[in-house]
Amino acid sequence: MLAFTLRSLWRELASGELRVLLLGLIIGVGAFTSVALFNDRVHQAMTHQAGELLAADLLVQSSSPLPEAWKQSALGMGLQLAETTSFRSMTLAGERLQMAEVKAVSRDYPLRGRLLVAETSGHSEQRRQTPPESGSVWLERQLLDRLGLKPGDELQLGESGFRISGLILEEPDRGGSLFSIAPRLMMNPVDLPATGLLTVGSRAEYRLLLAGEADALEAFRGWIKPWLQAGQRLLGPRDSRRELTSALERAERFLGLASLVSLLLAAVAIAVAANRYARRHLDNTALLRCLGASRQLITRIFTGQLLLLGLAGSLIGLLFGYLVQHLLAALLAGMFIQQLPPPTLQPLLLGLLIGLVTLTGFALPPLLALRNTPPLRVLRREMPIPRLSRLAIYGPALAVLTGLLAWQAADWQLTLLVSLGLLAVMSLLTLVAWLMTRMLQRVSPSGGQPWRLGLANIARHPEVSVLQLVAVGLGMMVVLLLILIRTDLLDAWRATLPFEAPNHFLINVQADQLAPLEKFFRQQKQPAPVIYPMVRGRLHSLNGTPVDAESYSQPRAKQLIQREFNLSWMERMPTANRLVSGYWWSRTDERGWSVEKGIAQALGIQLGDRLVFEIAGQTVSAPVTSLRKVAWDSFEVNFFVIAPPGQLDVTQASYITAFFLPPGEEPFRSRLIEHFPNITDIDVGALMQRVRSIIDRVILSVQFVSLFTLLAGLVVLLAAVQSSLDERIHETAILRTLGALKGQIRVAIVTEFMVLGAIAGLLAALGASLIAALLADQLFGLSYQGNLWIWPVSLLSGMLLMGASGVLGVRSVLQKPPLQQIL
Amino acid sequence: MSQQKRAESHPIVRAEDLSKQVSSPDGPLDILQGVNFDLLQSETLAVVGASGSGKSTLLGLLAGLDLPSRGRVELNGQNLSSLDEDGRARLRRELLGFVFQSFHLLPSLTALENVMVPLELVGHSDARTLAEHWLQRVGLQPRRLHRPNQLSGGEQQRVAIARAFATSPQLLLADEPTGNLDQQTGRKVIDLLFELNREHRTTLILVTHDAELADQCSRRLELAEGRLLQTSGC
Repeated sequence: MLAFTLRSLWRELASGELRVLLLGLIIGVGAFTSVALFNDRVHQAMTHQAGELLAADLLVQSSSPLPEAWKQSALGMGLQLAETTSFRSMTLAGERLQMAEVKAVSRDYPLRGRLLVAETSGHSEQRRQTPPESGSVWLERQLLDRLGLKPGDELQLGESGFRISGLILEEPDRGGSLFSIAPRLMMNPVDLPATGLLTVGSRAEYRLLLAGEADALEAFRGWIKPWLQAGQRLLGPRDSRRELTSALERAERFLGLASLVSLLLAAVAIAVAANRYARRHLDNTALLRCLGASRQLITRIFTGQLLLLGLAGSLIGLLFGYLVQHLLAALLAGMFIQQLPPPTLQPLLLGLLIGLVTLTGFALPPLLALRNTPPLRVLRREMPIPRLSRLAIYGPALAVLTGLLAWQAADWQLTLLVSLGLLAVMSLLTLVAWLMTRMLQRVSPSGGQPWRLGLANIARHPEVSVLQLVAVGLGMMVVLLLILIRTDLLDAWRATLPFEAPNHFLINVQADQLAPLEKFFRQQKQPAPVIYPMVRGRLHSLNGTPVDAESYSQPRAKQLIQREFNLSWMERMPTANRLVSGYWWSRTDERGWSVEKGIAQALGIQLGDRLVFEIAGQTVSAPVTSLRKVAWDSFEVNFFVIAPPGQLDVTQASYITAFFLPPGEEPFRSRLIEHFPNITDIDVGALMQRVRSIIDRVILSVQFVSLFTLLAGLVVLLAAVQSSLDERIHETAILRTLGALKGQIRVAIVTEFMVLGAIAGLLAALGASLIAALLADQLFGLSYQGNLWIWPVSLLSGMLLMGASGVLGVRSVLQKPPLQQIL
Repeated sequence: MSQQKRAESHPIVRAEDLSKQVSSPDGPLDILQGVNFDLLQSETLAVVGASGSGKSTLLGLLAGLDLPSRGRVELNGQNLSSLDEDGRARLRRELLGFVFQSFHLLPSLTALENVMVPLELVGHSDARTLAEHWLQRVGLQPRRLHRPNQLSGGEQQRVAIARAFATSPQLLLADEPTGNLDQQTGRKVIDLLFELNREHRTTLILVTHDAELADQCSRRLELAEGRLLQTSGC
């Protein structure tokens, strides 16, 4: 049996019958695999880079010293270790006192990212992975300035004196909350006990930093979880700065979307080819039955053939995809700072599954339905073919494909949006195609003009017309969607972080400093920044019920409720915010709270709830009038809770602002601190650079992979048109016999295909615009304006593409004498 | 028709030294050699011979569906070899009707639409009414909206006959029109064909190896291995 399966497969290969199917498989699987492999590598590289903000791949944070056993266990799993201990303390130099964020770092700190120190002895900047020598400390310039010291001087920390041996220029995990940052002092842990600052019960944060292979990290994660107690938590790259995780999340979705689109194209390409294969094998099935093949044998033969074909085509596709992604990575190597990590196996496995599932899913059921074909059909073709409903034939394949989509995207929201969008467009395409054929049937545009013949043809092949419209429309829509993502959505993302985005925050500005600060900016020829008031308050009660940490079970909610919120008031909503529900106050005498959506979800706050905040001993009560989504990666000043002007007590406010300091304007910053010593300046330039580099990489990657996917998309479209041409070829030969002129046939075919192409193009533009708008709004939180040029471009390319394929498809028939094809 | 009268009339079909050679794995193969004959308006000609004797090739050459390797075909005095592909197609739709052994209806079209196609090709202003008339004539009016796969072989061939006569051709070519039909159905189809032929004074060329059918024709032309073996009535 296997021998027969192989022999017939070989015969078909030799006859060229399987060329279209193999091509569809190879290109489909190849396109998907290359895009998915490449995206996988870029994604890994970005996560790796995000780890730099933790100075590790993973860390354990604790409010008490970490058990020795944990360190031994991590070492046993082959991980690298480092430790830090941080706390706040006053530093003293002569008469001057200044709060500092003290951090004692062990050997090998940082495990990821770089610590850059300008040492007083060496003058030049140095990358360090060792702590300062015992008895000496490194400081940030701000602390040095405030204490009025210079490198080499001494300062007092607790009961010990230290020599300043270096200036900290860059520290990878300098993060935490933006508003609680005092300047950094870094020391050697061996000097800690002598300072007498850390006693039982003192507030300090102990961190165990870990780095190593993904498997080992995962193993450690699993091992440590049961041991974690209150006040201890595990942090990964995703738990670092909100700005960065927000950017990473979007990056992941963009890359996921690009892979998803290529998966869809692959599925369409293979499904079209599989459908053609099944149609061309209908007669073979009847013939095999006639020659005595049992139903079981037919099942085995076709299953065997399709599996072999699927395996061979998919493997070639995988190889092809692997080579292309390698080429892509090599092309982009110069543009990425670090080497891309090797890809994981998942995309390869997924590529193989897609090839096999789509091929067998779309080709096997219709063939197996024919097992019941009466052998007599060979003699009497008019005998009906047993048919299954479309749903029964393609339902299982579609279900498995949706599953694969979800697995690939690992993002149910994305999968749901894209699947629903596709379903809607498919239904719309089917409906329009059906309506059009019905309409044309009624109008019955007959008559001698060939274009009328073409129109009549659409109505006369309703099934083929509908199928063709759906396949081509879907293919075009996926390609357009990719173009929209490539241009509009990515541009919208880049626009959220323009070159002049604020890279410095000033906090602790006092009310009486507002006018002088503004004047100072003017004098220094810098644009005056927008200043926001800020008060700190604790959430006291929700709908009349007092809340505290015990009211919540989630760790994030507990953490949020324990700390003070930064509240502000303003007349107009800041630009990086978007109203999700409710309304923004129109009058300034209104009362209300506008709450950030994420925090509202975490704390179970809903629109209309009454919140009471306790601010400096007084309570302020108001209903929640709106929920906002905040683009944290915009680097604007953002607040969790905002009130209308007049609701909060002005006398308790300090002020905050963000401004853009162009490169090379560092002296401005020093002068600012000199003039306003109480104001804290936070430089987020480095963090912003990281977010920008993520955006740039994603844009670059998506642009490259989309070029490749576009090519694959074109092949799909041609295959879709081509496969419907099979029966046209026979018809064309008959028409020639009946005296149709070449020109007549050409005009008829061009009319028919161009009309179909135009409709497919318009519907594809509609579908792509809708899905892009939906994605932008729901998933990426970007404002998307829509794109007008896509309509004419889509219409024209649909017409041209289909018109040209129609003419090319019947070209060979028109050139051969009709006798060869008909008698 | 007397020899003298034949000589005076203008033939609708003239074949002169008609030959066709094709290449085969064993070298060039002559499938038709030096065939000569004339046919006048409303004459009926049976082309008979064994399988592979060149009957269908001859029919294809007469219809201009292919070109001869040597010799010429004239339809209504027009040399087919002097026309390009489109010129021959134009002549076909003005002059010829076709009936094939395997019907060759357009599978996606209804019976009515199949009959309408040649009318539409010549730009007939009321193709539908005429097509309906012809379907009625062949007795298939009730099944006009059925597609070929919903029709029996005999019905399909009747649709093909309606299609062939719809443009009122001067010459009708039929290639084994009963080859795919049972005897009884075949009989009916042939009767219909001859009846229409008489009504419309159409010239008929019929390829067949059914002797009885051949006897119904006014003339007979017998082929063997591509050569003209004998003619009768010519």
